[in-house]
Amino acid sequence: MGYQAHFRVWRGDADSGALRDFRVEVNEGEVVLDVIHRLQATQCPDLAVRWNCKAGKCGSCSAEINGRPRLMCMTRMSTFAEDETVTVTPMRTFPLVRDLVTDVSYNYAKAREIPSFQPPADLAPGEYRMQQVDVQRSQEFRKCIECFLCQNTCHVVRDHEDNEQAFAGPRYLMRVAELEMHPLDTADRHQDAQTQHGLGFCNITKCCTEVCPEHIKITDNALIPLKERVADRRYDPLARLFRRRKE
Amino acid sequence: MTEIERHAFDVVVIGAGGAGLRAAIEARSRGMRTAVVCKSLFGKAHTVMAEGGIAAAMGNVNPNDGWQVHFRDTMRGGKFLNNWRMAELHAKEAPERVWELETYGALFDRTKDGRISQRNFGGHEYPRLAHVGDRTGLELIRTLQQQIVALQQRDFQEFGDYEAGLRVFGECTVTDLLVESGRVAGAFGYWRESGRFLLFEAPSVVLATGGIGKSYKVTSNSWEYTGDGHALALRAGAALINMEFVQFHPTGMVWPPSVKGILVTESVRGDGGVLRNSEGRRFMFDYIPEVFKEKYADNETEADRWYDDPDHNRRPPELLPRDEVARAINAEVKAGRGSPHGGVFLDIASRLPGEEIQRRLPSMYHQFRELADVDITREPMEVGPTCHYVMGGVEVDPDSAASGVPGLFAAGEVAGGMHGSNRLGGNSLSDLLVFGRRAGMGAASYVESIGQDRPTPVESEVDNAARWALAPFGERGPDGPPENPYTLQMELQQVMNDLVGIIRRSDEMEQALKKLDDLGRRVRNVMVEGHRQYNPGWHLALDLRNMVLVSECVARSALERTESRGGHTRDDFPQMDPEWRHQLLACELEHSESGESRADRMDGVRVLRRPQPAMRPDLLALFELAELTKFYLAEELAEHPSEKG
Repeated sequence: MGYQAHFRVWRGDADSGALRDFRVEVNEGEVVLDVIHRLQATQCPDLAVRWNCKAGKCGSCSAEINGRPRLMCMTRMSTFAEDETVTVTPMRTFPLVRDLVTDVSYNYAKAREIPSFQPPADLAPGEYRMQQVDVQRSQEFRKCIECFLCQNTCHVVRDHEDNEQAFAGPRYLMRVAELEMHPLDTADRHQDAQTQHGLGFCNITKCCTEVCPEHIKITDNALIPLKERVADRRYDPLARLFRRRKE
Repeated sequence: MTEIERHAFDVVVIGAGGAGLRAAIEARSRGMRTAVVCKSLFGKAHTVMAEGGIAAAMGNVNPNDGWQVHFRDTMRGGKFLNNWRMAELHAKEAPERVWELETYGALFDRTKDGRISQRNFGGHEYPRLAHVGDRTGLELIRTLQQQIVALQQRDFQEFGDYEAGLRVFGECTVTDLLVESGRVAGAFGYWRESGRFLLFEAPSVVLATGGIGKSYKVTSNSWEYTGDGHALALRAGAALINMEFVQFHPTGMVWPPSVKGILVTESVRGDGGVLRNSEGRRFMFDYIPEVFKEKYADNETEADRWYDDPDHNRRPPELLPRDEVARAINAEVKAGRGSPHGGVFLDIASRLPGEEIQRRLPSMYHQFRELADVDITREPMEVGPTCHYVMGGVEVDPDSAASGVPGLFAAGEVAGGMHGSNRLGGNSLSDLLVFGRRAGMGAASYVESIGQDRPTPVESEVDNAARWALAPFGERGPDGPPENPYTLQMELQQVMNDLVGIIRRSDEMEQALKKLDDLGRRVRNVMVEGHRQYNPGWHLALDLRNMVLVSECVARSALERTESRGGHTRDDFPQMDPEWRHQLLACELEHSESGESRADRMDGVRVLRRPQPAMRPDLLALFELAELTKFYLAEELAEHPSEKG
């Protein structure tokens, strides 16, 4: 039943490191994270890896497996041939801490830049009324487990570190969309999406959607509608006229 | 000695799950400079795993619901061992706590008239659980996380610093509490990333560290659940109560090994799923206890009619309380009628059309398809009991969440009393919110009350804490062969699973205590490789100390309680005993005055009996006398209105 697999795992820190080769036992039904844990328990006790729920619900064990951004707990060993080398490397976009662990603080910094939910002033707790069909759109985005794989994959920051300042990334643009579509949020958000959070950088290549382990349609359901709202407001002649009057 | 990063706060909250975040929000809102310290990244706490919902008697679906009904259900579920004041506060305040989440931006599933939808669950008389599909825990944690951010944004506008009043220390472990003249003076810990030490000088600490499940081999709990808060409280001088009560959820995945123990939600059975053994028999009909015979169907035909007509038929026995179902599965497997991987079959495929299963149980469908290669619309699942929740925890004052140590508070799973001997599904998320808030209030009032009279940590104690944390690197030198933390953890999990598991016997528990004693000694000889930067071996070595200590509390209390009740089943004492209903077991740590390090001064766990305070008469009057006589001694019921005439 079990077999010896060939694993190649990144070991090292910000200063130096290399891919290391391991022969390690694999049993039926296991996932990549099980094998990483076996390496820890038997060959390298100080191998750094971030994980938590081990059921695809917390989004902690993000890494790149054979170059593909994935959750280690949701990548089954049966998807590889027994003689295939499995290469596990940390997420490339974020600064390396050690081994498979990266510094994801960029994401938390961006989260703070998105203004929070603004509740209606005239409703007391318990008085909120919303229809299922209206909350459903934002609920899709709230399935996000914050694994940051979309942030890691998006080429806007993956290939251009300089954009980090101006670009919130798919996860947080989706957060703007989520609040924008919240039936009771009172803030006006779409201009900020463009001017403050870098929506314009997104050229809808859908890489974020492809790697989302929750199968959220980030591009189609969050980013494109948000772009449309921005465009509507910007180029709608009536709205322009109205804006000018106000100014 | 070592360089230590120092911080001063009014309130330090340890743990960033539902209870910790709600406590932090409350403390900050009351003007306290607050820190949240958590072992994982912010937003990853175990609360995300909760599926079913938050129990709150809002009456949105059935207007007959109210706090009194919720209170009764909770006390029944806990077999009347619950701290009744906690159960009362919980039932009364849960609706406000849920509505408050909406003001933070939460989006629950809705009823037709636009209110929060509520679903049925085991032990709850009416549809009561506010939910978002089967990912309610994620919604709760994300909402609270975003409210923390909202408070930080307010501070940023006012002070130009997001962290002026509320700071989250992610991936940071607290290893010791600092106590000065019997009062909390701070907390000592390390950054997991760098291994650097931190000292929090703070007059109050709120423990919100969750449970202890990682001490068991098969568990639904994540690696974080190592009983840290339980152990910190004990070492600080507080008491733990009800530690013998551990909930085993009847349906965890048993295959493949990578997901063994992961939860299969109770909703599968609620929606028609049935349990079968290897012979294809629906065995739950063989396990209906005498006290439940009136409420549960004894044949398949009647049971199957219940789903469409609950008013005229008895419930299917698959929906017996969690402890009964877990014991039945255990018995079937022991009798050799288990599934290939040591569980039983949970079959929904033959009960509902495929599309219906996918619609009602999306995350279960996804979980089995992705992790087990099982299509639950076509084949049965293999399931078995999994360690899920500890009812026991820090003994607290119900209203303020204060422990016996001034300045030390506890809320959520780490606190004891609320759930008695068995927790109802859905009552955990509401517990986190109600008592998280109360702990935040309690800590804030305490800090205000002491004014400038704040204890300061003693430097020698800080040095001791640092030395103790570094011991696994060999600075102290072991007095035995060096031990591997991963091996010890596996041994511990095996001991607890085999000897202090679902079904307990005195000889096995005595054997467990000997083994735990031995493990306790060996844990002191753990040696780790590498350096302090993000070193999981070292982290585990430190967590292990807590796991062994807390396991000893479970085993000692379980040995002492010679009856079966809720999450504590004795093979040698199979009956519930009314003489035990009003007695609680409390664990304390004996401290000796001498000894160089903290570890040397810890002597061992002592189990004490505490009388359970009698329930207030107006609450007692909410129950029919006939029901109470099943649990109470006759003389305890003198205050009941029907007795007084």
